Amino acid sequence: MNAFSLALRNLLRNRRRSLTTLLAMLIGVSAILLFGGYSRNIDLGLETGFVRGSGHLQLQHRDYFLYGTGNPAAYGIADYARIIDVLERDPVLAPMLTVVTPRLSLGGIAGNFTAGVSRTVFGEGVDVAGQNALQQWNDYGFPVAAQTSPLTGSAPDAAVIGTGVARVLQLCEALQVKNCPAAQATAHDAALGAAAPDDIAALSAQEAGQAGTQSPTRIELLAANAHGAPNVAGLTVIKAEAMGVKELDDMAVTLHLRQAQQLVYGQDAPKVTAIVLQLRHSSQMPAAKARLAELLAGPQAGAKTPALGGTPLEVHDFATLNPQYGQITGMFAAILGFIAILIGGIVLFTVSNTMSMAVVERTVEIGTLRALGLRRGGIRRLFVCEGLLLGALGAALGVLVALGLAWVINHSGLTWLPPGNVDPVPLTVRVWGEPAMILKTAIGLMLVAALSAWWPARRAARLAIVDALRHV
Amino acid sequence: MSSVSLQQLSKHYRLGSVDVPALSGIDLDIRPERFTVLSGPSGSGKTTLLNLIGCIDRPDSGTLTVAGVNVLALKDDALADFRARHIGFIFQNFNLIPVLTAFENIEYPLQLTGVAAAERKRRVNELLAAVGLADRAKNLPGQLSGGQRQRVAIARALATNPALVMADEPTANLDSHTGAAILELMRNLQRERRMSFVFSSHDPNVLAMADDAVFIRDGRITATEQRTPEPAA
Repeated sequence: MNAFSLALRNLLRNRRRSLTTLLAMLIGVSAILLFGGYSRNIDLGLETGFVRGSGHLQLQHRDYFLYGTGNPAAYGIADYARIIDVLERDPVLAPMLTVVTPRLSLGGIAGNFTAGVSRTVFGEGVDVAGQNALQQWNDYGFPVAAQTSPLTGSAPDAAVIGTGVARVLQLCEALQVKNCPAAQATAHDAALGAAAPDDIAALSAQEAGQAGTQSPTRIELLAANAHGAPNVAGLTVIKAEAMGVKELDDMAVTLHLRQAQQLVYGQDAPKVTAIVLQLRHSSQMPAAKARLAELLAGPQAGAKTPALGGTPLEVHDFATLNPQYGQITGMFAAILGFIAILIGGIVLFTVSNTMSMAVVERTVEIGTLRALGLRRGGIRRLFVCEGLLLGALGAALGVLVALGLAWVINHSGLTWLPPGNVDPVPLTVRVWGEPAMILKTAIGLMLVAALSAWWPARRAARLAIVDALRHV
Repeated sequence: MSSVSLQQLSKHYRLGSVDVPALSGIDLDIRPERFTVLSGPSGSGKTTLLNLIGCIDRPDSGTLTVAGVNVLALKDDALADFRARHIGFIFQNFNLIPVLTAFENIEYPLQLTGVAAAERKRRVNELLAAVGLADRAKNLPGQLSGGQRQRVAIARALATNPALVMADEPTANLDSHTGAAILELMRNLQRERRMSFVFSSHDPNVLAMADDAVFIRDGRITATEQRTPEPAA
């Protein structure tokens, strides 16, 4: 008769009380796992979104991240094609990489000069094939199809803008943007901004002339070139996209990389502001970063691949590039921690109460066992084993219930709109496939249950034998 | 040589602010392999004396030697081990562990002393047969009569072949017929196994079976009787 077998029999003596305690633990474990699964799903969903949008890592010109957004042209990476080639051929990095694609960010003013309106925008020149490849990443198996860039197969001067840009540039009707009210007449001028200066209007007219027949979605994008002089590109807007965040909606213009490079660098050698690297798995980020650091440090003795030594580049991961990722995951982790502490407290008092009642009821038995020669440690072990066993049973049942409920929720067809998203996504709870979370929760509960039993067990072990035997 | 030797043993209890003497200056030698009865009226101190001899309570003063060991010098764990190996207990209310079968109750002290499984099984079956409960091995205490429970308790007390078996009014909760049978059983087992049995009882039937009798009143020994001679050397 080992301690656990005896503990199990003792638990079965008062089935109703043991079941009530188990029920409290079961609900606690299920609640922690379901919220943990929901939180985990949000973490991975955010990660997937950011990795699809901006890759795992980005190589940028040193200081671009901190100072470059005001003047992206000054922080261009000149020999980006060679760098991409080095990265794709590197024997260490290559097996980890799924996509390496360049990107050029720029600031400027977009104008619909036909309507006499303009606004400041943030433009991004992308390689469409690379962008579409980025969208294929789905390492966590989310039931959401990869989105193809609207620029796919479009003309070189095509652009996609945010719905906010479309609204200000009065393109909603032409682009068939829904929920796009026209500005009030009284606030018209203020809302639409000042009319373009004469020289800009002349540049625009020149561009329009080059483009031939004016499209109703034609805009001009004014930007400072690498030498500081203004330059204008005529763009045909093919779609207005909701970005999910108003600031982006009101600023975003996406265009072909070549078009953006011509606007910023003209006939000079084209540059980019970032080289986006997407890895097969996020867990490879430390290894990839380490390898990039080696490559950026300079050529290694006996190395077969050329290094990037001397190139003023630095590496940023998606969490650094998107600070909201850390903020949101941190917030959910804090909520989960708070819930776990609350539930841990409830379990602590429930198990402690159960064990205290058991000690009182079995006082004579404790005295008998001590008289027969069981040490104080044996009495403590007996009750702690009961607590541990209660915890193990509660954890096992809680995990099973959580898995069942998660399956029901995941197949219920419920959807929700995460922050920054435009379309609702399926409401999923990720419990299955998260062994670390399940294990941590189960072990945590068992430890809390054992700890809860320890105090009553200590009290039982300290009973005087003759007092215990006299107990009525 | 005595099985148990007590010298100037005293024990007081505290009831609120009042100090109540339970035993005062007890000097006693209990002979080995004897059926010794501690007799006296309720409140005389016989159970207190039994508890001290059984090493489940400690005196305030005096010396106590059990099976040649100065038990008052032992720390708690060592004393627990000593009880497990050298002392068996039979309680008035049987005090069987309700979740263990008759077999497991008898086996429990053997587990405490680290006896191997095969030897445990042999000894328990032998004891079950000795107390006439070979067919009740798998019964829980709740499935046994009072007499049967006390037989299991006797078997449990004898399991480790202790030097000393303590019995606190073992027939008090049994009818007279069953009580007599239990007494007979214990007397026979004590003789067969040559153990020292120490009873506390005021039952004349128990007293009549005693080899030695110790009479206690108000915490003091008033008389001792040795009814059987010392064994031949």
